[in-house]
Amino acid sequence: MVNYFKLIALGLITFFAMIAANYARDLAYMVHALIITGVSFGLFIWVLRGTGTKTVIAQDEYMDDVIRYGVIATAFWGVVGFLAGVFIAFQLAFPVLNFDWAQGYLNFGRLRPLHTSAVIFAFGGNALLATSFYVVQRTSAARLWGGNLAWFVFWGYQLFIVLAATGYVLGGTQSKEYAEPEWYVDLWLTVVWVCYLAVYLGTIIKRKEPHIYVANWFFLAFIVTVAMLHVINNLTIPVSIFGSKSVIVWAGVQDAMVQWWYGHNAVGFFLTAGFLGMMYYFIPKQAERPVFSYKLSIIHFWALIFLYIWAGPHHLHYTALPDWASTLGMVFSIILWMPSWGGMINGLMTLSGAWDKLRTDPVIRMMVISVGFYGMSTFEGPMMSIRAVNSLSHYTDWTIGHVHSGALGWNGMITFGALYYLVPALWKRDRLYSLSLVSWHFWLATIGIVLYAASMWVTGIMEGLMWREVDANGFLVNSFADTVAAKFPMYVVRGLGGVMFLAGALIMCYNLWMTVRKAPAKEASLSVAVPAE
Amino acid sequence: MTNKSKKFEGDPNTTGHSWDGIEEFDNPMPRWWLWVFYATIIWGVGYTIAYPAWPGVSSATAGLVGWSSRADVVEEIQIAEERLAPINAKLEAAELTQIAADEELNSYATSAGAAVFKTFCAQCHGSGAAGGVGYPNLLDNDWLWGGDIENIYLTVKHGIRNEEDDDARYSEMPAFGELLEKEEIEQVVNYVMSLSGDPVDASLVDAGAVVYEDNCSACHMENGTGDREQGAPNLVDALWLYGGDYASIKETVTYSRYGVMPSWSYRDRLSEAQIRAVSSYVHQLGGGE
Repeated sequence: MVNYFKLIALGLITFFAMIAANYARDLAYMVHALIITGVSFGLFIWVLRGTGTKTVIAQDEYMDDVIRYGVIATAFWGVVGFLAGVFIAFQLAFPVLNFDWAQGYLNFGRLRPLHTSAVIFAFGGNALLATSFYVVQRTSAARLWGGNLAWFVFWGYQLFIVLAATGYVLGGTQSKEYAEPEWYVDLWLTVVWVCYLAVYLGTIIKRKEPHIYVANWFFLAFIVTVAMLHVINNLTIPVSIFGSKSVIVWAGVQDAMVQWWYGHNAVGFFLTAGFLGMMYYFIPKQAERPVFSYKLSIIHFWALIFLYIWAGPHHLHYTALPDWASTLGMVFSIILWMPSWGGMINGLMTLSGAWDKLRTDPVIRMMVISVGFYGMSTFEGPMMSIRAVNSLSHYTDWTIGHVHSGALGWNGMITFGALYYLVPALWKRDRLYSLSLVSWHFWLATIGIVLYAASMWVTGIMEGLMWREVDANGFLVNSFADTVAAKFPMYVVRGLGGVMFLAGALIMCYNLWMTVRKAPAKEASLSVAVPAE
Repeated sequence: MTNKSKKFEGDPNTTGHSWDGIEEFDNPMPRWWLWVFYATIIWGVGYTIAYPAWPGVSSATAGLVGWSSRADVVEEIQIAEERLAPINAKLEAAELTQIAADEELNSYATSAGAAVFKTFCAQCHGSGAAGGVGYPNLLDNDWLWGGDIENIYLTVKHGIRNEEDDDARYSEMPAFGELLEKEEIEQVVNYVMSLSGDPVDASLVDAGAVVYEDNCSACHMENGTGDREQGAPNLVDALWLYGGDYASIKETVTYSRYGVMPSWSYRDRLSEAQIRAVSSYVHQLGGGE
């Protein structure tokens, strides 16, 4: 019966998407309408063929298929995002790579948001989806709530990624950093995200454990806050129902403030809280040791989520933003230092009693270096939020280096660690295909990050100093183009760092693929939901 | 997958819960962590009392030290302006042709001019002033409107073919595509090429000379040396603003060109002293007359 409603809905979507494609006012909108037509028509056929057949799902088993897909999507989008990053890094070093024949589609300006969204939302987002679904089931001893809703969340999120990425290349963008997708893509993500929240909360509510594990607090904070940030920063009015362009309701410095309230908390809740959830499950599992301190986890959790939300104004020091807002942003950023480090301490100290594993287990080494990079970036961040430091670092490559030591080091490495844990667990393998390939990945990625971060520190500080350099009469010495030219060698080093990081990720994909294909199967594996206590 | 955490002799107590085998120690928070956290909070309270921070209904607390980023900028600019006021006054009063002779004034004008150039002029003329297609090279001896200090000053001050300044330099070459036959254009392009090098088709040069005489010589002069009074380029040197190959010259003749430079005195974009400074800088780049 449900299938008939689905068929009617899919048929209507196909029909209206075709109409939208016909009346489209711009290329991005037309291509998107055609993508939606194709997807909904394909689903229509698929539902039609499946109507009448019944599948029985064992309700006491964990829902792991969707997580397996999530793991594959994470690895796939990771490689796509890293490749895009390497390419645009070389576009900056060698502008000739902004090919004439691809102007308006594949030049740096179009590919840069493609890269950032691919790594943050496609790679990071899928990692969060997959691990949160895995962790919430295991630590709640309950199957995901909502039947096939988790599948809708997974595939709906992939559709969001495709619409966002094609939109950037074709020029459909709101020009808000990390919130570039246009209004209809935003609306779609809102629907998907509310379903994600429902699946997650539903699973926690029907849990068989008496308490909610700390990882789930972080995941839940991430899901709830991102929903709020996304909606408020994307309050736009479409110019036409048949066009991609929309106008934001916020004006002037208020728009800037809302944007960086969003932007900074995308870092705080997407890339920090969510990934701390990951850390709180996979590090104790891989180390096979209890979490260091429950007290620390509860205090640093509440301190982190309370303080992070106010830190956004430090992105707008010395702008039209009033001084009082700038001061508060800086003060909250600095108070945030210790709550951020609480996660690092809990992660590292969980290894006390298992330090020997650093020698024998490259996966735990990966997780440890990730927590190390987390600690480093969460020190660097508060430092850069200090007005006096910011007046040098702002608008320079130092910011880019800071972001990447966090994204490549913390988010990347903890995700790789989680993938190395998840693939044998999900495909019921006794072990990974090759630990020495994990070591290769570890060293390539680590050296790559060091090259990246170090070269950006050098160019960032050099650039900041060149911009302020004045002669004896008090006049500026360098033109902007002079600073760009001076950065060339470091741009090449940065690109090479990116190549190493990408090479490591490709080795990981091969290793995970061979683990599924060749590693010995695990016997008597248990995927039935049983409470631990 | 419910492997329990491993525990050793001497481990602290756990909280007694277990999730998928994960337990939690009942360790206290590290003291150093807690004390640094408290210290940042206390510092934060103090800092927000000292600096503008807490918003009210219509304004925010100003802070005890009385700091304001805008007041800082105003003050810094004021200090700089006061410091430079005497020499700027001297620069504004000086005869343009005498600036280069006064060592102090010249050193000031060229360094101020370099800063102005790198901020406002480099976008089109290049940070080294070598120009590009459509944007004149300021290092060579080829000047469209004159390369002495007074002419450079007038060009900077009022610009070229802009609509904002009534004193802007103005001239307009007709688009000969609407006036001449296609063959005539091909002839005259070959003739123009022959003035500084080799034509593509030597057999058209003589016919082209007649077309030139009738249509071009009024501005570019009979011998092709151009006219600075109307910004008509010299055609006998081998320097080309829009390219000296057959296709580029043909495009110029057919559609004409209309290079625009802004007026830098319009709405005080640059002060009189800055205009004089950048004129001195450009004049001394190598091509000044």
